[in-house]
Amino acid sequence: MGFLDIDNATKSYGAVEVLHKVDISVQEGEFLVLVGPSGCGKSTLLNMIAGLEEITSGEIRIKDQVMNGVHPSNRNIAMVFQSYALYPNMTVGQNITFGLEMHGVPKPERDKAMHEVATLLQIEQLLDRKPGQLSGGQRQRVAMGRALVREPDVFLFDEPLSNLDAKLRVDMRTEIKKLHQNLGTTIVYVTHDQIEAMTLSSRIAVMNGGYVQQLGTPQEIYDTPANIFVATFMGSPAMNVMPAKVAMLNGRPHAEVATHDGSMAQLPFSQDNLAAWDGRDILLGIRPETITDMDGADRKSSNIAQMTNRIVVTEPAGSDTFVSMQLGGRDVIARMRSDAEVAAGQDFDFAVNMEKAVAFDPESEMRIVP
Amino acid sequence: MSQATQDTAIRTGRVTRALIYVVLILFSLFYLLPLYVMLSNSVKPLEEITGGGMMNLPQVFTLEPWIKAWSSAQIGVEPTGLRPYFWNSIKMVVPAVIVSTILGALNGYVLTKWRFKYDTILFGLMLFACFIPFQIVLIPMARMLGLMGLAGTTWGLALVHVVYGIGFTTLYFRNYYAVFPTELIRAAQIDGAGFFQIFWRILLPSSGPIAVVSIIWQFTNIWNDFLFGASFADANSQPMTVALNNLVQSSTGVKEYNVHFAGAILAAMPTLLVYIVAGRYFVRGLMAGSVKG
Repeated sequence: MGFLDIDNATKSYGAVEVLHKVDISVQEGEFLVLVGPSGCGKSTLLNMIAGLEEITSGEIRIKDQVMNGVHPSNRNIAMVFQSYALYPNMTVGQNITFGLEMHGVPKPERDKAMHEVATLLQIEQLLDRKPGQLSGGQRQRVAMGRALVREPDVFLFDEPLSNLDAKLRVDMRTEIKKLHQNLGTTIVYVTHDQIEAMTLSSRIAVMNGGYVQQLGTPQEIYDTPANIFVATFMGSPAMNVMPAKVAMLNGRPHAEVATHDGSMAQLPFSQDNLAAWDGRDILLGIRPETITDMDGADRKSSNIAQMTNRIVVTEPAGSDTFVSMQLGGRDVIARMRSDAEVAAGQDFDFAVNMEKAVAFDPESEMRIVP
Repeated sequence: MSQATQDTAIRTGRVTRALIYVVLILFSLFYLLPLYVMLSNSVKPLEEITGGGMMNLPQVFTLEPWIKAWSSAQIGVEPTGLRPYFWNSIKMVVPAVIVSTILGALNGYVLTKWRFKYDTILFGLMLFACFIPFQIVLIPMARMLGLMGLAGTTWGLALVHVVYGIGFTTLYFRNYYAVFPTELIRAAQIDGAGFFQIFWRILLPSSGPIAVVSIIWQFTNIWNDFLFGASFADANSQPMTVALNNLVQSSTGVKEYNVHFAGAILAAMPTLLVYIVAGRYFVRGLMAGSVKG
C-alpha cells in the first residue's frame, strides 16, 4: 500500500484505449516523474490523478481512499500547469488564496498562509501585481505558491518548466528539487525532458504508447533499461544501439561488431548468461560516455575492451568532445574528454567499458536480463 | 508590422495627396448632408421649411419642435409626444440586452468549457436563429405570447428580443471563450470553484471586450427594431420606433416637418450615444480571437 496508488488504471476514449492498465504505487515523500514522448499518455494519467479526466477502469487511491468519481477539489491535490493558469483578472495574492477562499477558509488565515508561502518563494513584493505584469519565472513561482498554500497530499506538475527559456529552466529545476527536499512532499511530475526526469526524480516511469515501459530509480532506468525504447529515450546523446553477433572466445561471450572497414571488433561481455546466445544476432547497446580514449577509460571498471576504428567526425562541445564513427553499420557516438587528441579520418584506439554494455533481443527489443 | 506598411505604402506626391483629401472631404460632406438637414430643420420654425428653405441654415433658432416632439406631439390619438414611448423602449431594451447577453455568455461557457455529446450540432442549430427572417416567426410568436399572457406588453416584447438575440450572443461568446485557456478552468476546478463560481470569478471578468460587442449589437438591434414592435405591442407598450412612425404618418392636420425631424433625431440618439461611448471597444472585441496575438 503506497501513499498514492494507481491500480490497473485504464483510459479509453470510445473504442480507443489510450492508457493500458497502468500500475504504479508512490510512497509518501516520493518524487515520481512520468516521462515519455508526446501522446504517450503521461498527461492523461496526471489528469486522471487530478480528477480532471475520468478513469475508465481500475482504481486510483490517495492515502487508501478511492478517488474514482471524487471531485478534483476534494482530493486534496494541487496542480501546477504548463501555462501556469494564473487567473488574469486577480492579483498574485488573490491567485494564491483563491483555492483557500473556495474552501471557506477565513480571511485572516488565508492572509497568513499567503504570506508564509510568499516568503518561502520570495515573491512578497509581487503580491499586489497582476499576472500579466510578471516575467515567466515569476509566474512559475506564483503557480507553485498557489499549489503550496493548500498544503495538499500530492502535488501534480504538468510540464511546468517547458515554457521557460533554457537558463531559467535549469534554475527553476534546482529550485523545485530544493523545495521537495525541504518540504518532503509527494510529487507526481510530468515532462518530456529526460534530463528533468533524471535530475528531479526519486523514481521514473518511462511511458510510451499508453504503456509504462519501465518504472525504477533514475540509475536503474539509465543503466539497465528494460527495452530499446527506454534505452534510447533516456540519455543525451541517446544510447548507441547496433546489430552484433554473440561469439564464444576463450569460454567467454563476446559481441562481434563490424567496424568501418568490415573487420570485426570483439568486445567481451561481463554477463556470462549471454553464452546461451552463442552464434545468434543481438542488438548491442553502448552509452556514448562508455566509449572513450584509452586514458579516459573508467579505472574502476573490470572490463575495458579495446577497439580500433576510424573517426568520421569530431564535435568539440566545450566540456566534452563528441566523436562519431561507423560501428555495426550504424552511426555511433562516443563522448570523450575535451582534451582527447582526436581528428576526423584518423584510425583511433577506443576503450569500451563493456561492464556498462547491454544486450537486447532483436525480436522483442527487450533487454536480455542476466 | 507598421514598418512593413510604411515601406510598402504607395508613395504619393503633393498634388495627388491634395486630390485624395479633396475627394475624401467631398464624400464626408455628402454623407453628413442628411444629418445637416435633420439638425438644421429641427431647430427652425415650420414656416421656414414650408417656405422652401429646406437646405438653409435657420434664420430663427427655436427649440420648440424638440419640446413638442418630446412632450406634446400627437401620437395616434393621444397628444403625449414621444416621451412615454421612449420609456417603453428603455424598459424593453435594458432587460432584453442584459438577459440575452448573460444567457449568451452562459451558453458560450457551456459550449466551450463543459463539452458534451452533440454540442457542436446544438451550436449549429442555435446559429439558425441568426439567419431566420423576422417575418417567419411573427405568427407563431404572437400565438406563444398570447398563450403566455404576455401579448401587447413590454415584457412580451423584451422576451421576443431575448429569444431572437440569443443566437447572436451565443455565437459571440462561444467564439471568444473557445480561445480562452481551458487550463484556467481546470485550475479553478482544482481550487474548488463550482460551475457558477468559475463563470463569475474567472470567465466574466475577462469577457469585457466581447460583452461590449454583445451589448452594442443587441442594443442597436433591439432599439431600432420596428417589425416586432409594430406586431406585438399595443398602444401602451409601443416602442419609440413605432411611435415615431405614428408621429410622421399621422394624416390629419399640418405636417410639422420640424417636429418630425426632431423626433427622428430623438429616436436615433440612444444608439448613437452607445456607439460613440463604447464604439472603440466594439472593433477591438470583434477582432479579439480572430487573430492570434
